[in-house]
Amino acid sequence: MSDFYFRTADLDVGYNGKPLIHSIDISLAAGDILTLIGPNGSGKSTILKSITKHLSMLRGDAYIADASVNAMSFKQLSQKLAVVLTERIKGELLTCWDVVATGRYPYTNTLGLLSPDDHEKIRAAMERVHAYELAEKDFTAISDGQRQRVLLAHAICQEPEIIVLDEPTSFLDIRHKLELLSILRSMAKEKGITVIMSLHEIDLAQKVSDKIMCVHGDVISHFGTPDEIFREGIIAELYGITAGTYNLAYGSVELPAPSGTAETFVISGGGCGIPLFRRLQKENTPFYAGILYENDLELPIARALAAEVVTERAFEPIGDAAFARAEALLRRCRRVINAGVPVGSCNARIAALLETAERLGILQEGANSTV
Amino acid sequence: MGASRQPSPAGDSISANVARARYAGVIVGLLIALAALVVWNINTGSVHISVPDIARIIFRRAGDSTQVGIVWNLRLPRICAAAVLGGGLALSGFLMQTFFGNPIAGPFVLGISSGSKLIVALVMIVALRYVAFISSWMMVIAAFVGALIAMGFVLLAARSIRQMSMLLVAGIMISYICSAITEFLITFAKDSDIVNLHGWSQGSFSGTTWSNVGVFTLIIGVCLVVVFFMSKPISAYQMGESYAQSMGVNVKRFRVVLILMSSLIAGCVTAFAGPISFVGIAVPHLVKLLLKTAKPIVVIPSCFLGGAVFCLFCDYIARTAFAPTELSISTVTAIFGAPVVIWMLIRRHSGKM
Repeated sequence: MSDFYFRTADLDVGYNGKPLIHSIDISLAAGDILTLIGPNGSGKSTILKSITKHLSMLRGDAYIADASVNAMSFKQLSQKLAVVLTERIKGELLTCWDVVATGRYPYTNTLGLLSPDDHEKIRAAMERVHAYELAEKDFTAISDGQRQRVLLAHAICQEPEIIVLDEPTSFLDIRHKLELLSILRSMAKEKGITVIMSLHEIDLAQKVSDKIMCVHGDVISHFGTPDEIFREGIIAELYGITAGTYNLAYGSVELPAPSGTAETFVISGGGCGIPLFRRLQKENTPFYAGILYENDLELPIARALAAEVVTERAFEPIGDAAFARAEALLRRCRRVINAGVPVGSCNARIAALLETAERLGILQEGANSTV
Repeated sequence: MGASRQPSPAGDSISANVARARYAGVIVGLLIALAALVVWNINTGSVHISVPDIARIIFRRAGDSTQVGIVWNLRLPRICAAAVLGGGLALSGFLMQTFFGNPIAGPFVLGISSGSKLIVALVMIVALRYVAFISSWMMVIAAFVGALIAMGFVLLAARSIRQMSMLLVAGIMISYICSAITEFLITFAKDSDIVNLHGWSQGSFSGTTWSNVGVFTLIIGVCLVVVFFMSKPISAYQMGESYAQSMGVNVKRFRVVLILMSSLIAGCVTAFAGPISFVGIAVPHLVKLLLKTAKPIVVIPSCFLGGAVFCLFCDYIARTAFAPTELSISTVTAIFGAPVVIWMLIRRHSGKM
């Protein structure tokens, strides 16, 4: 057996014999979480459907523990791989319990009757996703978040080694997104279940995944750990982001910086500038920011939104170069806003900057000052 | 599991027992209704025969020879036809609803019955003219072929149209075309036997012989058993095609078997009783409503029983409402079945999806 639990070999996927994405070569260890990211319509679902045999592979193959997926019967595959799909279940008069119970399908007898052992497993699967209290509810009468959890319980019930989920977090609110992903995370780590899914939320993908696959154009543009993928440029290029920025460290997005000549200087530090930066961005007022330390909380946001940021190395007293640059910018401005920066022994020269602004009569105090 | 747990576990608890009791109750209730309707149907007709006489006729074949003839050669075969073919219709409707994921699919609305009718009429006319003889098996085969042809057109339509309503429109159009051709054939066929053909093409359980009963009971019985053993994949298929496949169902093969079964049953019914409307839609819906579940393992037998009860009841009305004039069975099933379908559609669109 190879080191990898799941892999694809020279896999081409597409519809009606026309390859959409070709030469997919990836491998995963057992218990890995792989997330497919990429713009809408890039072919994430096509890849997932090919792995699950809902679409036939055009070339190449996928292997689960060295067994070819193509060569497997549906029944064999069903004992190794379970799915959570985007399609709506239109079944009527099905309780959530019934839906989860169908997950036992590969293991029940000819008539599909459930043994006490099956009952126990269904109960355990529902408890695993905190959905046991929904057992008696009609499946069509529950919320989207509950539905996703019930479908996940259905998949767990199938006792798979791999779970494939197609955009499981769409339509879920933030609480349910986090809940679902943390369930997947703990399942992968505790039970060694390999998870392959597509996500729209790249920030969540970065945090939950062991491996990321970027689907863009007709090939897999990148495949690797989140640390390898979430680098300058890759994400912006993948999604073609030209307006605004994606913050790699925080996994947050910022709208584009205001354009024009800056006439406002924001003095901040220790995170106090963030609300002000955002407010100025919304008002489309260009601004300078400084003097920020390289470990200040607001630095990534200032970099995304400010016309220029004056910085100093962390834990050092403010040097002459930074001070001179800040003062020069400040003198060009018609106002200076003090966001409420705490002044200590390291950044004592901030006080000097504030004094200069005061003398020029352009200083406004506090983050709430009127703009 | 702790007793403190509020929601009762659905598996092995009070609510599961309630559900099981309900299933048993519905099935027993249907069996009682079936027995009552059988007795009632034997009992009534243009010639009145008392219950003790009937018991004597059935169990000892003793009594007035005319009465024995009426019970054994007219009423009993007809009752068998109404019960078995009615059950088959409901079953066929349930299968088509499962296949199309559409609650108002059925052999009549999709034009399957009319397709059967057309080919059977064609075979009858040809056979009566050149062979002067037609066997039950020939009728069944003709009806099955007709059902498959009509089903082929419906599937072609379904392939390009994903909308549920358009599928039904396609079915109704196929039905009209087949009926028009059948009427055309009947109008221009000169044989005196065509009178029978006309009666049959309107739908009726009358004129059933014991040899007919043997053939259709065998076919429908086998189909019922096969379908019952398909209840596991059917339950998976109710979740949708993709989920069914991921649970290990060979969806392509399953779909073929489902189509063959539903067409065979629908064709068989049409061969012996002509096209009968609304049983295939109304009965599965009513049965699911009674059972409060769509689990095939209980719905399939209940559907069969429900169809039998429904058709026995409707045949009773058809025979007796305007006696001695008989109504066509479709007239009666439409009166009782169509409102159910309309009510179902309204309920679907208001409130819960």
